[in-house]
Amino acid sequence: MRLMNSKPSRSVRLILNLLPFVLLLIIYTVASDARLLENPSDKLLPSWSSFADAVQRMAFEPSKRTGEYLLWADTGASLERLFFGVGISALIGLVLGVINGMLPLFRATLSPLVTAISLIPPMAILPILFIVFGLGELSKVMLIIIGICPILIRDLQLRTQSLPAEQLLKAQTLGANTWQIMIRVVLPQVLPPLLSAVRLTLGSAWLFLIAGEAIAATEGLGYRIFLIRRYLAMDVILPYVLWIAVLAFLMDTILRLISKRAFPWYHGKGGEE
Amino acid sequence: MTDPFIKNTVEPIIEIKQVWKEYGDHIVLEKLNLNVQAGEFISIVGASGCGKTTLLNMLLGTEAHSRGDVLLDGEPMPKEPNATRGIVFQKYSAFPHLNALENVMLGAEFAKAPFFGKVLGKQRKEIKEKALEMLTAVGLGHAAAKYPSELSGGMQQRLAIAQALIKEPRILLLDEPFGALDPGIRKDMHKLVRELWQKRGLTIFMITHDLSEGFSLGSRVWVLDKPRIDPQQPERYGAQVVYDIALNSAQAIPSTIQTLIEKEATAKDAVRENTHE
Repeated sequence: MRLMNSKPSRSVRLILNLLPFVLLLIIYTVASDARLLENPSDKLLPSWSSFADAVQRMAFEPSKRTGEYLLWADTGASLERLFFGVGISALIGLVLGVINGMLPLFRATLSPLVTAISLIPPMAILPILFIVFGLGELSKVMLIIIGICPILIRDLQLRTQSLPAEQLLKAQTLGANTWQIMIRVVLPQVLPPLLSAVRLTLGSAWLFLIAGEAIAATEGLGYRIFLIRRYLAMDVILPYVLWIAVLAFLMDTILRLISKRAFPWYHGKGGEE
Repeated sequence: MTDPFIKNTVEPIIEIKQVWKEYGDHIVLEKLNLNVQAGEFISIVGASGCGKTTLLNMLLGTEAHSRGDVLLDGEPMPKEPNATRGIVFQKYSAFPHLNALENVMLGAEFAKAPFFGKVLGKQRKEIKEKALEMLTAVGLGHAAAKYPSELSGGMQQRLAIAQALIKEPRILLLDEPFGALDPGIRKDMHKLVRELWQKRGLTIFMITHDLSEGFSLGSRVWVLDKPRIDPQQPERYGAQVVYDIALNSAQAIPSTIQTLIEKEATAKDAVRENTHE
């Protein structure tokens, strides 16, 4: 049979799914053992036991200096910034995207501006943010907003514009005014695309969050990683990175489930996954 | 063109006087002079690209005519769509995020709730009852809780009709409403539309590609075609209503219509061949 036509069965697929992860773990363990055998104080590829120690120290023992459980304090600080940054961006994206997509007069004014802003690399204006908003929370939240908001606005604008013209005409023949069409016809239909757009931009949001934290913060996942980099503390950095990946995965899953639960008409026949 | 079939003195619901439609040098429609009485069912037929949709859009209010007057009850036609003229398109007429009942309720809700667009409480119950009645009238009483994507093509068109009718429009515009349906389902839809037209005293304009559909449903058929063609400059002359046939009169269907049928058939074949390539 041709390769393109061979499909794995359920169990085979599960094994194939896990295979690369298992291989990576084996390779890591072998390489780590080899290096530690040569030099027991090697820091680059720590053993599993030192990972366990580090996780125990960061997550389940209060810090000697501040009395906080560092992993949880860092997680809380980062998630708060992320939620505000992404939440505010989603709100702005929804409002401006729908307005731009629906009202040609507004689109003519706002669309070029949004495009221009989206061309500026957010990291390049990070210093400006620090100067204007100070080194506190606001500048880091603003970095996330400036980074992902233009993408969300443009995506929502496109989604609004791609609603079939027939629907908007039909609504007008039902006697609706612009506002009514906006809140009853357009808004509910762009909410599921908003959720998928947010899912796609979460990766960028994390990038801007960690970058902001690396440069100016007193707590946060990104701050911690960059702080202990000085001590080559791979036993802490790698679990942190893994933890960030887990958090990102959980957020993506939760958003997907919310979308499926709240918008069954979007995910049904003919809809998108 | 004088219209010999309208002899009564009742004020026409639609008057089209010396109307031209042109895009720059491209003349789409020319010299249209038509009167329509309330309660007529007009089928608009003609080859692809001859301006049927342009004519319907002028009645809907999405396209302005270039010259002449289009009057609704003696007043100039409103420049945008409103609740006096309901429409059913070939597809995308229903809102995918609302179930069938909510789709029908929407029009009534717009009238009652200018700011929220949504009605609650006792008013909602009244609207709901009216909408259910409407759904039952088009044969969708059993599918009130279904989303449009769960309905078949014919059922979606029934829904679109119910949705338009809750506003009790005097004029109903149908833009190839059954073009995408199977022949059997088409027959059922014809029955439904004829029934609604007679019961509610609607004035209907229907574009169709299917001549037999146009002749069997309508009380009057407009055949759009270009009476003059400049082969060097095909855009020089626009289409006119070359035949205006009142079907309840004893007038025979002109044999030249036959040529038009053939013309349309070849055009369809050409399209089919092009899509196959």
